[in-house]
Amino acid sequence: MYCFTEVLYHGKNHLISCNSAEKIMFSQHNPLFSVDGSLSSRSQEFLCIFLCACTSIICCSSDCHCVTFFLNLHQHSFYYFFYCLQENRQFGSKMTDSKYFTTTKKGEIFELKAELNSDKKEKKKEAVKKVIASMTVGKDVSALFPDVVNCMQTDNLELKKLVYLYLMNYAKSQPDMAIMAVNTFVKDCEDPNPLIRALAVRTMGCIRVDKITEYLCEPLRKCLKDEDPYVRKTAAVCVAKLHDINAQLVEDQGFLDTLKDLISDSNPMVVANAVAALSEIAESHPNSNLMDLNPQTMNKLLTALNECTEWGQIFILDCLANYTPRDDRESQSICERVTPRLSHANSAVVLSAVKVLMKFMEMLPKDLDYYGTLLKKLAPPLVTLLSAEPELQYVALRNINLIVQRRPEILKHEMKVFYVKYNDPIYVKLEKLDIMIRLASQANIAQVLAELKEYATEVDVDFVRKAVRAIGRCAIKVEQSAERCVSTLLDLIQTKVNYVVQEAIVVIKDIFRKYPNKYESVIATLCENLDSLDEPEARAAMIWIVGEYAERIDNADELLESFLEGFHDESTQVQLQLLTAIVKLFLKKPTETQELVQQVLSLATQDSDNPDLRDRGYIYWRLLSTDPVAAKEVVLAEKPLISEETDLIEPTLLEELICHIGTLASVYHKPPSAFVEGNHGVQHKGLPGSAGSAESESPDAVSAGAATEAPAAVIPSQGDLLGDLLNLDLTPPATTGPLPHSGGMQMGAMDLLGGGLDSLLGGDLGGSPAMGAGFGAPPAAMPPAFSAPVSGSLYDLFDLDNGVGMPLGSFCPPKTVWLPAMKAKGLEISGTFVRHAGVIQMEMTITNKAMSVMTGFAIQFNRNSFGLAPAGPIQVPSPLSPNQNIEVSLPLNTVGPVMKMEPLNNLQVAFKNNIDVFYFSCQYPISVLFAEDGKMERQVFLATWKDIPNENESQFQIKDCHLNSDAASNKLQSINIFTIAERTVDGQDMLYQSMKLTNGIWALAELKVQAGNPNYTVSLKCRAPEVSQCVFQSYEAVLKN
Amino acid sequence: MLGFFVGEMIHSLFLINLSGDIFLEKHWKSVVGRSVLDYFFEAKEKAVNPEDVAPVLQTPHHYLISIYRGKIFFLAVIQTEVPPLFVIEFLHRVADTFQDYFGECSENVIKDNLVIVYELLEEMLDNGFPLATESNVLKEMIRPPTILRSVVNTLTGGTNVGDMLPTGQLSNIPWRRAGVKYTNNEAYFDVIEEIDAILDKSGTTVFAEIQGVIEACVKLTGMPDLTLSFMNPRLLDDVSFHPCVRFKRWESERVLSFIPPDGNFTLMTYHVSSQNLVAIPIYVKQNISFFETGSCGRLDITIGPKQTMGKTVEGLMVTVPMPKAVLSVNLTASQGNFTYDLATKVLVWDIGKLNPQKLPNLKGSLSVQAGAPKPEENPALNINLKIQQVAISGLKVNRLDMYGEKYKPFKGVKYVTKAGKFQVRT
Repeated sequence: MYCFTEVLYHGKNHLISCNSAEKIMFSQHNPLFSVDGSLSSRSQEFLCIFLCACTSIICCSSDCHCVTFFLNLHQHSFYYFFYCLQENRQFGSKMTDSKYFTTTKKGEIFELKAELNSDKKEKKKEAVKKVIASMTVGKDVSALFPDVVNCMQTDNLELKKLVYLYLMNYAKSQPDMAIMAVNTFVKDCEDPNPLIRALAVRTMGCIRVDKITEYLCEPLRKCLKDEDPYVRKTAAVCVAKLHDINAQLVEDQGFLDTLKDLISDSNPMVVANAVAALSEIAESHPNSNLMDLNPQTMNKLLTALNECTEWGQIFILDCLANYTPRDDRESQSICERVTPRLSHANSAVVLSAVKVLMKFMEMLPKDLDYYGTLLKKLAPPLVTLLSAEPELQYVALRNINLIVQRRPEILKHEMKVFYVKYNDPIYVKLEKLDIMIRLASQANIAQVLAELKEYATEVDVDFVRKAVRAIGRCAIKVEQSAERCVSTLLDLIQTKVNYVVQEAIVVIKDIFRKYPNKYESVIATLCENLDSLDEPEARAAMIWIVGEYAERIDNADELLESFLEGFHDESTQVQLQLLTAIVKLFLKKPTETQELVQQVLSLATQDSDNPDLRDRGYIYWRLLSTDPVAAKEVVLAEKPLISEETDLIEPTLLEELICHIGTLASVYHKPPSAFVEGNHGVQHKGLPGSAGSAESESPDAVSAGAATEAPAAVIPSQGDLLGDLLNLDLTPPATTGPLPHSGGMQMGAMDLLGGGLDSLLGGDLGGSPAMGAGFGAPPAAMPPAFSAPVSGSLYDLFDLDNGVGMPLGSFCPPKTVWLPAMKAKGLEISGTFVRHAGVIQMEMTITNKAMSVMTGFAIQFNRNSFGLAPAGPIQVPSPLSPNQNIEVSLPLNTVGPVMKMEPLNNLQVAFKNNIDVFYFSCQYPISVLFAEDGKMERQVFLATWKDIPNENESQFQIKDCHLNSDAASNKLQSINIFTIAERTVDGQDMLYQSMKLTNGIWALAELKVQAGNPNYTVSLKCRAPEVSQCVFQSYEAVLKN
Repeated sequence: MLGFFVGEMIHSLFLINLSGDIFLEKHWKSVVGRSVLDYFFEAKEKAVNPEDVAPVLQTPHHYLISIYRGKIFFLAVIQTEVPPLFVIEFLHRVADTFQDYFGECSENVIKDNLVIVYELLEEMLDNGFPLATESNVLKEMIRPPTILRSVVNTLTGGTNVGDMLPTGQLSNIPWRRAGVKYTNNEAYFDVIEEIDAILDKSGTTVFAEIQGVIEACVKLTGMPDLTLSFMNPRLLDDVSFHPCVRFKRWESERVLSFIPPDGNFTLMTYHVSSQNLVAIPIYVKQNISFFETGSCGRLDITIGPKQTMGKTVEGLMVTVPMPKAVLSVNLTASQGNFTYDLATKVLVWDIGKLNPQKLPNLKGSLSVQAGAPKPEENPALNINLKIQQVAISGLKVNRLDMYGEKYKPFKGVKYVTKAGKFQVRT
């Protein structure tokens, strides 16, 4: 607390004396205090500034012009402080800037204006400072633009810097005024002091005004070749800034080449900045070859890496990561030179180095000694990251999560560093827990369990829940520990803490699924807690347990009946589960429960508005009434085991993420394409030489990755595409017999239920998402040919790699009029897009409907969603005489600037001739962007399909299409939509297809073709769901063509 | 054509205080509206403690990366794929710089020095590229405020912006300025080790590791080239160095060879992992229990020395965050003072020196809110302590040699061990 003794101020009009703190009230939080009313506002201001700065004032005295204060300051023991009051009562203390905020009066701007135009240098500077301070807190002081710019011509470096600060902020809103500053900039770029040269070029780049950029080119060119490296490195960044404002200008002026030359600069800082600038520019040109990495440039970068600043090292390392080494020796030598970065104090440098090493390690043979050494070297820096600030820890943990999935061996001995401290922030706790489970193995499971049990008694509910789930996951992952896990869970249930009990029951259900007939003895304990369950998931789990083990629970009917009372108040999940459980119960104990089952069936079918519930009710009803034996086989079928790791990242995505360690993508575990946000392109990175190694190294990685995130996922027998896609827990391949198709009633029901069936049945697993919404095959009627054992041959059968020849011509939609003659002074353009052998062509017919000759044709595209741009100038043999038309074919590339358009495939074109420039927009079929290598591996397809969330799925109908599936498949292949697998169920052909856009976005499709039905159904899944509509249009266009 | 920008590294920076006021904003390119922060405020609202706000937040068009330091959120807005660690490191560097310049990093101090803060931010980041983040370099360009200089500037009309070229920027040793002169040449090294440990109920070590740091204060004339060697360098298998340290020599000879920055800096940090045996200097006997009935509980804590390397344990302090239901405590301490904060429910027992002959003990009863259920969670004990003149890992500096300059510097090494995140579970 400040202590105020006495202030005397003798001004022209006032004599104020304050004797004690009584008259001056203030708080530490608010520097404005209410002072005795007799003080003028100026004096108040003065006092407040003063008091903020001093910790305590011992005493003060005054004479006519000068007040002397004796200060006692905390940090600097005793200072005598002479505070000068100028004649004009300028309280211009340098002590604190807070005075600049004490006035918010309306006349402030006016007052500042006057001060800015003052003759006195000092006053001017003070005024500029006030302006800057206002700007800092978000006040609008743009009205002062001309006055501030006037202060720019000065020798005073501080004043100059302040004006520059102001200019950068407001030039955009006052472009015409900003021109006034240009001359000074140009002059400053010639200044003998390199600091000023650099400052000028730096500031010019920050002024985002088109008109100024042209004046900037010459000074920038000079600065890029400046003798002083400090200026060169500043200029390098400036090129990136300029590129952002006007990309064309930068290319035309040849700055990109100069920038590339700077990579060979003698000064490491210049190299680092050049790399940073090039990387930034390259980001807006996803496919351009700006950073042409070859062994020579690599060598230069690696040399600069050792000598530049920490930030420069990050840029360089990120750039190195894009390189693909020629062989394992080069890989090793790069790794050797990057390894020292692991000992850097800056964690971002460390993580970038880890990225480079993780990527290049893929190239190294596993039996190499160096490979083992490298693995060992990676562990300590990762562990060290965990002792940094919590925010850094969080990012590190998200990345470690990826690393342990890819290479669990690196951190397998470091379990303890992931133990949770009670004062870790919650976001760190949750991440640590996740990694602990990933690292859990037979060797360390005892410790892990002890820890998890400890966590289950913490305060934070979310964390406790996750800890309980983790115990369940351990049980499923490490078989030897299952028993201990179950007993730990039982202990936790005994605590009777409500949410702990509920979580425990949910995970115990999964344990039952994984180890059938082993732990059912605990059911009695679980049943005791029936009443305390109030969360749908826990209730559903409990009901599932009761239904599944109805024969062992004496009062199962009573228990289930008790749930039935409030049937309509339950959530859908619980209702569905209850329905199934009671049907199970009925099939097991038919004599006692007939009433119950009728009750639930009528509740589900007659009183429910939920179609899922109703449909499932009807299915059961009909099954039970037509063929109880079949019903038993269906409902009580043996369930496939659930998988060990339920949340592994899909392998292709994991590979991609490993290449993006340290980026936002790695924090969110989403592919970089999910971050497109319309404003920069996507570069898909793949691990070098990893396509084969992924499988050879961990044969079960793929199947494990294929499992969905749902807690009770089905393990597909590997390679069983159909079982997997169908996700039918009720029809394990082994037990599905060739059931008779007889019974018109039953078939009728199936037809009636159509495509929704599988989702209903899939839902039995407690909400595990059904895959395609369109698998209309009733499980009971599934032909035996589709059970697992034969799936291998199925694959061959439907492997279309070689079986289908390329169709003759590519699909070419008819031309449409893009630019009518009446809108373009007689110029008419009609056209279309086509893809021929990997090249996108814009086919145009240009007609001259004017009376005069047309010449000088040129074309330009606006930024568009996929970076389409003309690959060269348009070739029109001009002049084009009146009434003449000409066919032009313009090859396009996809390296142009990217911006998301609406609709996505919209292209805005500027077309120029000797008369004028005309603008039109057209839409290209997205199929021209389907790359030739868009055929996905089958396994990858499976995993990807599952990994893409269901909300990304969209379904479309194609009406009146009379092709059979082979013809459709052929036609689609002509636009690079590849059929990966095909199967027939009940006369419906299902085609599974993939396609890849030029920017690396994959789209997956399921096409349903039914003989005799002219309506096709396409289900599309894509990580970028916005492309689905366009993809569908391509389907429709090509199939109907 | 259309206004469309590719974002750069760090687009904007906002400083936000605990009550959610934005008291500083800086935009390096176009101005980002404050509305983007709504996503942050939403997350802040949800978090129980300010520390629990997730450091990376996604909004439809931007990413918000924030750190929490000195009761301030430093929040960077970014638009493109930027390494988040890069941003977080940078934000911490900004906070460090404020600390360095103004003695503390707080809202008031920043508000009082807004113009300097603004100038600093401008120097530190250019178009999203970090420019000058070394404190030596910054101080050459923007002088830190001192009261004395303010007086002088006011009288003479001088400024606190240097018109010197930051010479260090241009050399290959950017961390050291040229032409350093001292009358007393001295080099001091502090070896500081912090024990991070978790002990379980029975006193068994669940996890323990040592975070070590060597802080240096080097005031030497000219361009000295120093070599620091250890008695037992094999302890150090996980190290991070200041950029001045020559990594090659460390790898081959296990010595630290470097041209030091001028003044205070962190020479290296190291980490002695949980796989080595970490000596735990004290043991804690504790019993905190709550009774099912009667709305009360018992607390009994005794602390004794364990592996102290023959030194005295000082600054001993125990902090216990009690369950929310604990209304008050009725305890007696055999040594030191204790306080119980009713608002935060934190019990702090300040013991001071640990006397091996007479072990400090704290015991008594806890009264729990009547009718409240028996607290489920077990409070953890947080221990603070300090041991002078010893590095608990056993690390010892062997010698310091100086090359390149003629004079004889004064040298000194100091060791201290502290408790880091040292927790005892109950």
